[in-house]
Amino acid sequence: MTQPGCLELELTSDPPELPRVRGTVRDWSAQQGWSDDQAAEIALAVDEALSNVIRHGYCCAPGQRILLTAQPISVPGQTDGLEIRIRDFGKQADPDRIRGRQLDDIRPGGLGVHIIRAMMSSVEYRPVPGGGMLLVMRKYKDHRAACPPEANRHD
Amino acid sequence: MTDEPQRLTIDTVRQADQHVVRLSGEVDLRSSPQLRNVLLDVLAAKPRRLIVDLAQVGYMDSSGVGTLVEIKRLIERGAGQIVLAGLQPRVRSVFEITQLDKFFRIAASVDEVGRE
Repeated sequence: MTQPGCLELELTSDPPELPRVRGTVRDWSAQQGWSDDQAAEIALAVDEALSNVIRHGYCCAPGQRILLTAQPISVPGQTDGLEIRIRDFGKQADPDRIRGRQLDDIRPGGLGVHIIRAMMSSVEYRPVPGGGMLLVMRKYKDHRAACPPEANRHD
Repeated sequence: MTDEPQRLTIDTVRQADQHVVRLSGEVDLRSSPQLRNVLLDVLAAKPRRLIVDLAQVGYMDSSGVGTLVEIKRLIERGAGQIVLAGLQPRVRSVFEITQLDKFFRIAASVDEVGRE
């Protein structure tokens, strides 16, 4: 059962799904009081996260299940925000190894994770017992999109 | 109700050894393979300069940016040049966030490049 103010979407691992989901997330964010720019940032983070699920979680296999929920959150000491959860049932990954390339190592891929982290206040990947991954992203109203400093740090 | 998202359309105009590729719509995981194929076809003609007109592109994700990085590498291997023109603010911000605004030559418009 969908709670008031919450968004629940079920989609498949097919790239043609992405424009519809982006539009739905953008519209829902705007209805929740986010500015047009912030709603666009949220939709971009969702798009990048879903693209990663399609490419890496499901290795581009079509028709695989993905669940997305979004809800407003209120955390003490923070401005109001939202939480988006994306659940897949594909290949698991070690959360510590999910990172983009160094930004000064310029090559075609490895940018999606940076974009997600730039658009959102917090990003957490969790392997789910039994299979698949859960991505939990939060954004607070005072968050400004910016690339996190670790994107330029060489380990 | 969400509006129907814009499909990507691509037009290519060749002027001597300069090609202008004009995009309209959204560039994402669905449409970036189409963009890549068109740009690879253009590269086969060994243009001196490739201008990618993004003035009508309201959305681009990392798959589109990655495609342009790949094409830049390839054209420079043949001593050619790629210029991105007319980026809308939200598309430009993706290049800024990924620090690729310093990697690409970015012009305000195709006309600005043509005046050189």
